[in-house]
Amino acid sequence: MGDYILEMKNIEKVFPGVKALDNVNFSVKRGEIHCLVGENGAGKSTLMKVLSGVYPHGTYSGDIVYDGEVQKFRNIADSESKGIAIIYQELALIPELSVYENIFFGHEIASNNIINWNETIVRAKEELKKVGLDNVDPSVKLKTLGVGQQQLVEIAKALSKNVKLLILDEPTSSLNEDDSENLLELLKKLQKEGVTSIMISHKLKEVTAIADTVTVLRDGSTICSMDAHEREIKEEEIIQNMVGRKLDNIYPKRAEKKIGDVVFELKDWTVEDPEKNYREILHHVNMNVRKGEIVGLQGLMGAGRTELAMSIFGNPKGYRITDGHLYMNGKEKRYHSPAAAIKDGLAYVTEDRKGNGLILMQDIRYNISVANLDALVKKLSINENEEIRIANYYKESINIKAPSIEQKVGNLSGGNQQKVQLAKWMFVEPNVLILDEPTRGIDVGAKFEIYTLMNRLVEEGMSIIMISSELPEILGMSDRLYVMSEGTITGELIGEEADEEKVMALAVKS
Amino acid sequence: MSEINITESKEKESLFHEIIRLLKENVRSYMMYIALVVIMIFFNFMTKGAFLTAMNITNLINQAGYVAVLAIGMTIILILVQIDLSIGFVAGFSGAIAAILMTQYNISEWVAIPIVALIGLAIGTYQGLIVTRLSVPAFVTTLAGMFIFRGALSLSLQKTGTIIIPNAGFNALSNGSIVDPTEGHLITIAIGVIGIILVFIAMINARRNKVKYNFQVTSLPIFVVELVAIAVVVMVIITRLASFNGLPWTAVIVGVILLGYNFMLNKTKLGRAIYGIGGNAQAAELSGINVKRVMMFAFCSMGTLAAIAGILFTSRLQSATPTAGTGFEMDAIASSYIGGVAVSGGIGKVTNTIIGTLVIMSLTNGMNLMGVDISWQYVVKGIIFIIAVAFDIRSRNMAK
Repeated sequence: MGDYILEMKNIEKVFPGVKALDNVNFSVKRGEIHCLVGENGAGKSTLMKVLSGVYPHGTYSGDIVYDGEVQKFRNIADSESKGIAIIYQELALIPELSVYENIFFGHEIASNNIINWNETIVRAKEELKKVGLDNVDPSVKLKTLGVGQQQLVEIAKALSKNVKLLILDEPTSSLNEDDSENLLELLKKLQKEGVTSIMISHKLKEVTAIADTVTVLRDGSTICSMDAHEREIKEEEIIQNMVGRKLDNIYPKRAEKKIGDVVFELKDWTVEDPEKNYREILHHVNMNVRKGEIVGLQGLMGAGRTELAMSIFGNPKGYRITDGHLYMNGKEKRYHSPAAAIKDGLAYVTEDRKGNGLILMQDIRYNISVANLDALVKKLSINENEEIRIANYYKESINIKAPSIEQKVGNLSGGNQQKVQLAKWMFVEPNVLILDEPTRGIDVGAKFEIYTLMNRLVEEGMSIIMISSELPEILGMSDRLYVMSEGTITGELIGEEADEEKVMALAVKS
Repeated sequence: MSEINITESKEKESLFHEIIRLLKENVRSYMMYIALVVIMIFFNFMTKGAFLTAMNITNLINQAGYVAVLAIGMTIILILVQIDLSIGFVAGFSGAIAAILMTQYNISEWVAIPIVALIGLAIGTYQGLIVTRLSVPAFVTTLAGMFIFRGALSLSLQKTGTIIIPNAGFNALSNGSIVDPTEGHLITIAIGVIGIILVFIAMINARRNKVKYNFQVTSLPIFVVELVAIAVVVMVIITRLASFNGLPWTAVIVGVILLGYNFMLNKTKLGRAIYGIGGNAQAAELSGINVKRVMMFAFCSMGTLAAIAGILFTSRLQSATPTAGTGFEMDAIASSYIGGVAVSGGIGKVTNTIIGTLVIMSLTNGMNLMGVDISWQYVVKGIIFIIAVAFDIRSRNMAK
């Protein structure tokens, strides 16, 4: 042993306000399947972006040794030319183009700049065969394929570039079990043909089943590398390395639970998405939340959790709600804009704080007050003294780390941005707060603070619906939880009776 | 954790370091003032002092008025990441309607002006409805508007050709000055002094408030320099104006509109909503802002301001012509961007837009005085415009 295809040495990468990678060492043997695990925000994706040239040479420190040479990739094209291909969670394919156009997009088969389409189609068929898609017609539009097949097309695209090192970022997160198994089989097959793979995954069962080596990252540092050929790697061991402490003290407990009456209820909530040809995306959802209760809503990516939250919260996406009733404090309601929902005591903290949560170019003060300016308006104009007082109050009370409330939110770390989002909605003082992936991409310390804050809010009488795909989190925080799969609530579990296996079984139920 | 603690820099920095830091942080906004001063000095030199004479400054203000009004409305539109290409011909059409109302229907200018403003509002409403309700992009909607109102302008003047306007009150809007019978136009000077005092009070109060909340403020010497600089510039302009005809009506009209919009953007919910939507429309909507209503406001305000600009321009020429309005939108858009509206939206100030307008109109005025061919004027303005925006984008990226 000792023939490494890749060695990343002392990699350090700093973003404004956050050190994303701190002295990471990462070595991959030629021909192995190497799994990279770690919590959200541990730095896995950042490390892969450094490797593939998304963050070019010079924006990080440390060395990348690939195929025995120090590499200085300036962009993805550089790393691709050396046989490194990366496949992201979000597929980088074009739905409206055909399968063969997609496979050769960016490296078309051409002579004198004129594309040879016949040759392209023949070659596309060959590549599809390699990934087990023999029965797919390469001339159909990509969007007609299922997610699992699209993923395989993406791999076929990588293979067509003579890939030597294939990187997959959570490839199975949106696949069902059959498709996932299929994909893992394919990775093993490619391994026999000499392709080295790095797979980022949260699904530890898959990891232990397939990995030759497992490397754990935590808070931007390498924690350990485990060789499956020396001894069997256990899931518990990986988890312990990922979180760095015993699971039970990550989730603060409430002193006493004061759970009251039902404040929010959905009955038979059924929704169609006009952008997906009026496909029904939520089927007869029934759920309720009590005063002072944290209700978890679990499900894999694509289960319909965010869609459910959006359809409740004033339906800004314009879904068609075909059936069902929504009750707020016992009265039937239907909100036609987020503004109306907010007015009635419903708040939604989005999963995508940069995309549609915060206004990054504005400061902390602006972002905290923006959803509740009515409380600050005196005769047309905004009472700025009061606004500053409120913003300072939240900055202190939930510990937003910034020099002042005049700091632009875009310059804060993920954890502090999330706190600004929470402050914004705390200022609205809602009855029901929907938190969508509240700890995504933030470090463990900030997570703990957010959990503590959630407990404080429910103790004060708020009700929280917590959407999360992180099993330990949802098990640790929820008084009760619903599990969703493919737009249906597949089960309801009460506090103690829930465990990872039960939830997972419901989450993949169809 | 892996967060870098940003500590508050409480220790005193030296004056020299503060100046360097301010220059670095505000290079974008200082550049605008420097550019304006350089342009003015350059033209004054090239025209052997004609540029900064009292008469030419009065002229410059009267010429810049309609562009300033358009640029204020355009700033709102651009902060929202929209565009309005129709404003030039909406302004031209509005001026023609005003002329027709006054000459053919013998309506007093004081009735005609509000009617025309309402027509502008109606045009803005119709374009806003198409953008917000039918989701047609503003670029397409207002490009269509450009066609329509160009045609409407020609049609309305088809029979008469250019209409000469006899109404003295109307023509005074962009040619006359405020009634000031005193020797040496003392009322003009008094307005200037009162204005400076009000600005001083506002700035001192704002600074005191910031100190109270421990926010970063510029040090006292620099603050005093700022105050003195403002006072000197305003007094130089005011005394110049007083030595000629006094304060032009155009300056009063633009000043009132500017103050109103500045208040709206900085102090009201609507202003917050405009910046929020420009920064991130989805986030704004999820924060309970009615995005469509704010967009409607922007187009309605733009339409109304286009009509007012049309009135000012028609008043300036004392006539309505079939070519009025050609290229106005270009000057308005350029003014806004030179004044620091971010190309990606979400950032911009109407007060800075006025500086942008002065840059653009100083170029026009100065090159006219020098006798530069109109074709070359376009080329020069285009080059300065692209340099300003490229510099803007670069300095914003550097700040990231």
